Amino acid sequence: MELNAKIPSGPIEGKWEKHRFDMNLVNPANKRKYSIIVVGSGLAGASGAASMAELGYNVKCFCYQDSPRRAHSIAAQGGINAAKNYQNDGDSVYRLFYDTVKGGDYRSREANVYRLAELSVEIIDQCVAQGVPFAREYGGLLDNRSFGGALVSRTFYARGQTGQQLLLGAYQALERQIGLGKVKMYSRHEMLELIVIDGRARGIVVRDMVSGELGIHLADAVVLATGGYGNVFFLSTYAKGANGTAIWRAYKRGAAFADPCFTQIHPTCIPVTGEYQSKLTLMSESLRNDGRIWVPKQKGESRPAGAIPEEERDYYLERLYPAFGNLAPRDISSRAAKRVCDEGRGVGPTGLGVYLDFADAIQRLGAGVIGEKYGNLFEMYERITDEDPYKVPMRIFPATHYTMGGLWVDYNLMSTIPGCFVIGEANFSDHGANRLGASALMQGLADGYFVIPYTIGDYLASTKFEKVSEDHPQAQAAKAEVEERIKRLLSVNGKCTIMSFHRELGQIMWEHCGMSRNRALLEEALQKIPAVRERFWEDVRVPGDGDELNQSLEYAGRVADFLEIGELICLDALEREESCGAHFREEYQTEDGEALRDDENYAHVAAWEYAGEGKKPIRNVEPLTFEYVPLEQRSYK
Amino acid sequence: MNITLHVWRQKDAKSKGRFVKYEADDISPDMSFLEMLDVVNERLVLEGEEPIAVDHDCREGICGTCGVVINGRAHGPRERTTVCQLHMRSFRDGDAIWIEPWRAKAFPVIKDLIVDRGALDRIIAAGGFISAPTGSASDANAIPVPKENADLAMDAAACIGCGACVAACRNASAMLFTSAKVAQLGLLPQGQPERYIRVKKMVAQMDLESFGNCTNHGDCEAVCPKAVSVDNIARLNRDFIKSTLIADRRVAVGVEGAG
Ligand SMILES: Cc1cc2nc3c(=O)[nH]c(=O)nc-3n(C[C@H](O)[C@H](O)[C@H](O)COP(=O)(O)OP(=O)(O)OC[C@H]3O[C@@H](n4cnc5c(N)ncnc54)[C@H](O)[C@@H]3O)c2cc1C
Ligand code: FES
Repeated sequence: MELNAKIPSGPIEGKWEKHRFDMNLVNPANKRKYSIIVVGSGLAGASGAASMAELGYNVKCFCYQDSPRRAHSIAAQGGINAAKNYQNDGDSVYRLFYDTVKGGDYRSREANVYRLAELSVEIIDQCVAQGVPFAREYGGLLDNRSFGGALVSRTFYARGQTGQQLLLGAYQALERQIGLGKVKMYSRHEMLELIVIDGRARGIVVRDMVSGELGIHLADAVVLATGGYGNVFFLSTYAKGANGTAIWRAYKRGAAFADPCFTQIHPTCIPVTGEYQSKLTLMSESLRNDGRIWVPKQKGESRPAGAIPEEERDYYLERLYPAFGNLAPRDISSRAAKRVCDEGRGVGPTGLGVYLDFADAIQRLGAGVIGEKYGNLFEMYERITDEDPYKVPMRIFPATHYTMGGLWVDYNLMSTIPGCFVIGEANFSDHGANRLGASALMQGLADGYFVIPYTIGDYLASTKFEKVSEDHPQAQAAKAEVEERIKRLLSVNGKCTIMSFHRELGQIMWEHCGMSRNRALLEEALQKIPAVRERFWEDVRVPGDGDELNQSLEYAGRVADFLEIGELICLDALEREESCGAHFREEYQTEDGEALRDDENYAHVAAWEYAGEGKKPIRNVEPLTFEYVPLEQRSYK
Repeated sequence: MNITLHVWRQKDAKSKGRFVKYEADDISPDMSFLEMLDVVNERLVLEGEEPIAVDHDCREGICGTCGVVINGRAHGPRERTTVCQLHMRSFRDGDAIWIEPWRAKAFPVIKDLIVDRGALDRIIAAGGFISAPTGSASDANAIPVPKENADLAMDAAACIGCGACVAACRNASAMLFTSAKVAQLGLLPQGQPERYIRVKKMVAQMDLESFGNCTNHGDCEAVCPKAVSVDNIARLNRDFIKSTLIADRRVAVGVEGAG
């Protein structure tokens, strides 16, 4: 497989500008002759679909929820980065670029990250113009806060609901185009297969989730904006319906899957309470602006938090990383939490938790100010735990939160299947081995508003399309495969519930391929996962029929795919014999327990190529070069 | 704790529905309401029965997907709390809980507890936006927005589009939902150019969707999980009245339809 990243030549500051000039344009009058499918209506999908429709293309947009407004981008809390330097604290496009490359532990493409930093500025302009009610200062200008891994205040926010407000902005732009007839929206439709004809992505097979009917949709290009695959861990901060199905189908049709093992564990989530637990809830990283993280110095401490005197507390992030303190990046904070809990100093009934304490901030600023900044998060915490964080410190623990890995894309955001573009969290592009806070919203919107509308035009203008119809053998074959898979799922009729398999897989992933990994654990996981998968296909029970609304069937299909994705994640983790960012291999660490990269052998993207059922996938490599941000050991001390 | 559930079961839009009784034993008070339903559903599947269909996604109170009527109240007993954020500790051992879907003409039942809320999207499509095509924006700080306006706009924008306001309203009116968007955009300088045409179009669409009229009972605000205020309805009404005057002026100078 050839991996040509198609990075434009020239100095980094001018690459995107030059590329925009070099790309082919579609004549405005011809745009309406092209059709584009966008799967997903999150920040990436909604902004992309709306922007392409504004240009004049015919767009069809799909999502599995009952409304595009409910995509999981809605749940993002903390904020979105942009190099506006409104605070005059030394920020710049270059600094955001630098922080992101370093934060990603040197496993992302410099050219992409630079473009992202450049576009960040325009995103904020665009969102304000749409009526996104960002937080403001008394003078009427925009307010900022800080996020992990940065020493400047560049994060824009709308209370604790930034994702919601950004998504509603994009959703409203999308609805406007729906009203104008330029986008046809298909809610409650799930993509179950990609249609590739003559080597190009030309359509998708979807299931109408209300009637159960399977449909073929054809177009000149397909854009996947289906979000991350973190639900492979079962417990996560994702929505229950979030899945890897769309990208996994594309993978099996020839799209390379890049760095699947780069999965992010977020340090501040509400800890697990019981076996029935169905999801984990994030407590935004923004809380670390004012909250201080600590555990007791004593092992097995049994006093309540308030009874532990100051000198018997270990504010371990402040102690270990004085420069960044409580705002150390996610991978580092998560591992530090795991370590203190492993030492027996964790808090709460399970011992898997650390305190996030606002007492000092409340004393300094008053409960009113804290309430204004984080009120909805405090309330959410209280709803779930029945504890009042104004009075007792929050208990938090790391949880699966984001996937940096995803389908490999070139600089144009096109996968290794021509005509299949991938945007937002679903692609691997910009965050390397660790994403910095408030950078996913930025990337999703950069991809959707400002990159894909250009690059897709270049593809359309430079490609000659044969007319295809639903009768095309490839389209029919794809549909038949979906039918077959559904039939198979419904006919197993075993004795175990779908969720029991999903839980089991999640447990394996968390224990073997979570915050820290090693060869033995990964090899074991690679034995265990196929065994669970085999049992799934022998013993799962999927009630109901295919031709009706059937939530069990939807879920079973997703879990079946997770059972394959999990294996690829572990394989990738096994073969990346270094530690970098969120991928921490115990065998490769510095003396003080930090990730030890191997730049000589692993400064590359691993792009996995499907080789057929039962065959080991092929590991292709895209070398990464660092001309602007010199490779060095990441330090936040 | 042990709970008795009476759940609305309805095979599809065309079938008739009815309440079916289930015993939910050994429920932990720390479970969320949806986790309790997960447990019940797992048991149903193992007994060879069809699980209860219920909409949900984020399970953190923000996507607006979940929403059922619990003991006659949209989203259940706890104020400012969606079904997915409701925990079983809000109930007592031995309680009977009646669960049914949103009831409104504009929200037809699709299956069991799931309804079609597409009408809400269509209200937004009719005018619930600021026309700001990508790339056309000026610098974000070019127009200062008084903090108070930004905060009030945010209060209105917090709406999650769950439809509880409609379910709770004796007229099944979508006024709180519609007014929240009208108010948010109307409070911001960026929303001014389309302010009056927006309210007209959104209200017209609302009427088309067989939602009822607002008779100011305020049940909507009481059940709103995000405490969106009925003050927004007053804002909508003011804008709506103005819009009729402005439209007249537009007709007079021959620009009607330009919006
Ligand atoms: C709790 C939480 C808080 C976060 N906070 C922040 C933050 O403060 N700042 C930040 O920068 N990032 C944050 N993130 C990360 C960020 O929100 C996500 O990475 C980002 O929103 C993903 O956007 P997306 O458009 O790629 O995908 P999503 O928003 O996940 O959308 C996926 C879309 O694809 C559709 N879809 C999926 N599969 C299919 C299928 N098979 N068929 C049809 N449709 C399908 C879905 O219906 C949906 O419309 C947070 C994430 C979480 C979970
Ligand atoms: S499931 Fe998202 S609000 Fe309840």
